[in-house]
Amino acid sequence: MLIKTRNDGFTHPTSSDITDRAVVENRRAILKRMATGVAGTAMAGWAMRQALAADGASAVQRPGKLQALNARASNVAGAVSMDKLTAYKDATSYNNFYEFGTDKSDPAANAHTLKTSPWTVEIEGLVKKPGKWALEDLLKLSPMEDRIYRLRCVEGWSMVIPWVGYSLAELIRQVEPQGSAKYVEFVTQADPKTMPFVGSRVLDWPYVEGLRLDEAMHPLTLLTFGMYGEVLPNQSGAPVRLVVPWKYGFKSGKSIVKIRFTDKQPGTAWNKAAANEYGFYSNVNPNVDHPRWSQATERRIGEDGLFARKRKTLMFNGYEAQVGQLYAGMDLKKFY
Amino acid sequence: MGMQVAFNRWLSGRLAKPLVFVAALLPVVWLVLAAAMDWLGANPAEALERSTGDWALRMLCVVLAVTPLRTVAQLPTLARFRRMLGLFVYFYAMLHLLAYSWFDMGFELADIARDIPKRPFILVGFTAVLLLTPLALTSFNRAIRALGGKRWQALHRLVYVIAGLAIVHFFWMRAGKHNFAEVAVYAAILGLLLGWRLLRFFQKIGLQPSSILRRQLSK
Repeated sequence: MLIKTRNDGFTHPTSSDITDRAVVENRRAILKRMATGVAGTAMAGWAMRQALAADGASAVQRPGKLQALNARASNVAGAVSMDKLTAYKDATSYNNFYEFGTDKSDPAANAHTLKTSPWTVEIEGLVKKPGKWALEDLLKLSPMEDRIYRLRCVEGWSMVIPWVGYSLAELIRQVEPQGSAKYVEFVTQADPKTMPFVGSRVLDWPYVEGLRLDEAMHPLTLLTFGMYGEVLPNQSGAPVRLVVPWKYGFKSGKSIVKIRFTDKQPGTAWNKAAANEYGFYSNVNPNVDHPRWSQATERRIGEDGLFARKRKTLMFNGYEAQVGQLYAGMDLKKFY
Repeated sequence: MGMQVAFNRWLSGRLAKPLVFVAALLPVVWLVLAAAMDWLGANPAEALERSTGDWALRMLCVVLAVTPLRTVAQLPTLARFRRMLGLFVYFYAMLHLLAYSWFDMGFELADIARDIPKRPFILVGFTAVLLLTPLALTSFNRAIRALGGKRWQALHRLVYVIAGLAIVHFFWMRAGKHNFAEVAVYAAILGLLLGWRLLRFFQKIGLQPSSILRRQLSK
């Protein structure tokens, strides 16, 4: 007969047995005080995010340009990077959004014409509950979370951006994919009246992106409504976009109008334009070079100065622990 | 006609050369200032790499425009600026190579040596700079005398090859993003400047279609 005692070596003390509640709370208070600058600016950012992780207060400095979008801390593994945040100005003035021009400064200059209200996202294809979702209803579907992700562009630069949104999986669960659904296709806005470069021969419009269903269901895949504690600025993909932090930036479609569930791998915009350069998966991978540039290193915008060495790019953009198992056994040189 | 004479006289004056020299230096002065003042946007390294390349290409267009302008606009005195403008092509091309080696490759010679053959558009650009080097090295009077005019001229016709390589380099770099509008502008300018020379060459050797036709008919 097995008699369980506290002394058999298998029952471990809980964390509250080791550290008194008062000590924990005092520790949090210290972190918050550090965040206000007492401990100096070097530690402030780190402490601020620790405080954020502890009680969900919004730690990101709001730029005060757009409507606030409040969120709670995320407890998804890997959801809060400790890297230094990219300045809001850099993140919103250096963009690839070809519907508004091919130059990095074009989207910030031209995207004011984008009409983001009213906005609906249509769910179609192999789901039990297809239909149109008004943006207002999407915003209420699940609590907003603060997520601080690294963003690695296929061109060799990177940023660290505090997004606001919730896991796409929340929406996918609501619409109930059928058993035959294997892929998710994201169709983005293509309105020649408000987007001056739709119709240019650079790409096939609308811009379409896609994920495997299990990638789309991964908790790090973020249906994104805001950044830096505010709603998305137009050049960043307002009012709703995707952010897939372990893939090159172009996989994260902006200004999404349709989400389609399919049994076939969707044809994605850049893959259609140059299949030998942009694969369907496009996972960040320092070992698979783009034919036009190396992917081994990257320049962190606003941080790595002109003469600084570029930093090493991490496998799956540093999210290998969270997403590596999605690609177990796959030849990533073949499925780039 | 009077204005042309006046302009030619001004071009041969003492002030013209220093002024053109300063004007050709303005882009690099601006780039250094902008880099120091943080006016180059979110990615200053990329901005410097691209603008030095742009200016090398622009200078190439300017120097190749000298001879057509001399002839068409009857401004023979333009010839005295040709060497200086040619050297500015080399100057901006070297800055472009320097920006790539420094900002992109961190002066890692082994990495650069591996990168050049690996990426076709880098190989083409590097070849263009390589071919420009003998032209820059033989630009002074003693080199011209040593080589003899004919051989010197033959060597300096390499610039036509270089112009082609520069456009291919630019095209290939932009091909990754299907973005050819700017490439087309430079290709059109260089095409016009080289096309004018080709036309003149054919006229010189009497290969006009009409003359061939006439010869055929007289038989």
